[in-house]
Amino acid sequence: MITGVRSRGTRLRSTAFAYGNLLPFVFFALFPFYFMVITSFKSNAELYSLKSVPLWIQNGAIVEHYRYLFGRTEFLTWIQNSLIISVTATAISLVISVLAGYSLARLRFRGVGSFGTAVFITYLVPPTLLFLPLSQVVVWLGIADTIWALIVTYPTFLVPFSTWLLMGYFRTIPREIEECALVDGASRMQTLLRIALPMAIPGIVCVILFGFTLTWNEFIYALTFVSQTTNKTAIVGVTADLIRGDIYYWGSLMAGAVLASVPVVACYVFFLDYYVSGLTAGAVKG
Amino acid sequence: MAIGSRALEVAGARGLGRWARAREWWEQEHVFGYGLILPAFVLIACLVAYPFGMAIYFSLSDYWVGSPGSFVGIGNFREILGNEVFRQTVWNSFVFTAIALTAKAVLGVWLALLLARNLKGKRLLRGAVLLPWVIPTALSTLGWWWMFDSLYSVVNWTAIRLGLMTPPGPNWLGMSTYAMAAVITVNVWRGLPFFAITVLAGLVSIPREFYEAAEVDGASAFARFRYVTLPLLKPVLAVVILFSTIFTFNDFNIVYVLTRGGPVNTTHLFATLAYQVGLQGGNLGQGAAISLFMLPMLGLVVFFQLRYIRRE
Repeated sequence: MITGVRSRGTRLRSTAFAYGNLLPFVFFALFPFYFMVITSFKSNAELYSLKSVPLWIQNGAIVEHYRYLFGRTEFLTWIQNSLIISVTATAISLVISVLAGYSLARLRFRGVGSFGTAVFITYLVPPTLLFLPLSQVVVWLGIADTIWALIVTYPTFLVPFSTWLLMGYFRTIPREIEECALVDGASRMQTLLRIALPMAIPGIVCVILFGFTLTWNEFIYALTFVSQTTNKTAIVGVTADLIRGDIYYWGSLMAGAVLASVPVVACYVFFLDYYVSGLTAGAVKG
Repeated sequence: MAIGSRALEVAGARGLGRWARAREWWEQEHVFGYGLILPAFVLIACLVAYPFGMAIYFSLSDYWVGSPGSFVGIGNFREILGNEVFRQTVWNSFVFTAIALTAKAVLGVWLALLLARNLKGKRLLRGAVLLPWVIPTALSTLGWWWMFDSLYSVVNWTAIRLGLMTPPGPNWLGMSTYAMAAVITVNVWRGLPFFAITVLAGLVSIPREFYEAAEVDGASAFARFRYVTLPLLKPVLAVVILFSTIFTFNDFNIVYVLTRGGPVNTTHLFATLAYQVGLQGGNLGQGAAISLFMLPMLGLVVFFQLRYIRRE
């Protein structure tokens, strides 16, 4: 009885301790977003006054910065470009990596192991190592300064990651099911499409979400390969083109940053669990 | 007529035979396997392996944008190593990586331990903590840039009101030590979720019985962490640290947006310096040579990763 009471007291204290410790982390994680959002709604007079309190909106929220974004910049074009690029690059990568992932996880042939290793090494090669030569490759391909430069190069980092992720999912499917289908006269392609693929749906959702997020967020290739304003992605457009000569641009800059984050945040809110599993799969399963 | 139709039949049969043979050939396990890999192989060969070879060729030549240069051997490397800015960059990279990685590992494990508890609103907490990893880094760094503004910094404003700083507070992005601190802060902010969530996945997979056994033996909370959690977490932790080493060492977005390598090159990393020299300066040869200095680090990590995986 006494120990029960004491342990409840201890438990209560330890729960309070956990919440108390989590608070600074949550604050640290979320404050920059909060600050970006309130900045985008503040009037310039308030933003650039040393007497105002920066932590909240004092003089009423305004949508002027957003209006400026839509009316006087190419913001909508950038969003459209980003959407086209992300969707196309993700679709291409998905097809390539479903095929490769299935082959590496399921089929036995010479060199399968070393190709798996090659995919893994490619997965670790950071884009910052390849952007210089790739900037020349897209010139030679005649697609420099177009959105095609990004559609073609984004699969280079998506395919290794997606293949690696999908291999894990294909491996969990019992081999017997596929063998049954083959015995019943299904072709190998039918077995892949009708048996293996439906069972790997969680992995495919994961690949689509990560593909969309990684391509939408990509910065260095988009900055390097495209310089014409109307062909820029949302991220580069906001980062590079919204900064004007004078210093009074923070409102519209933050408005652009907030709006250009909306698509990925929307995906994230609806599919949180997939993000968690995809994030950990690379490290824990690897 | 009869002959014609017979000829057609034969041709059809032969066509069918060819089709069946092709199908039979395609249905062989190794043919099908190679066939499925082919697109990925072509992609990796043309857009990863070939550019990588080009990077090496660039680094050995005086290649400028628009003018293919001649072979100069290790001239670029010699020039770079004698360059003050490059040596500063090497130093920056190691300081940046060491501090950011340590902070992420320590805070990440601590955060994961907190998140692993059965608290109310667990899912919401995880979602909130993971958010910095999802938002485009370049954009959230813009937010940080504004927070570190020389005149209107909210960080300084708050710290001054709390009595932690004397007005006007540091000019974050204008002084080298503070600029490095700012860049590291943003990197930790952005990379912490990856550590925390991955370590959390590792924590969840530790069987409860171990803790119960330790508790029965009278182990304190710290002892349980030291002798149960940490050893069992080691494999996951090793992988996360290796991954994060690569991505911290090769960071571009944060430094490019926040400081452009300044003030006076004191926050330049390999990637940002390579961008400045290779693209803005047009000297592709030297730019490529600079980015290739990231390779030994990458090689080391790959080596450890592969050894680790083989052991699995």
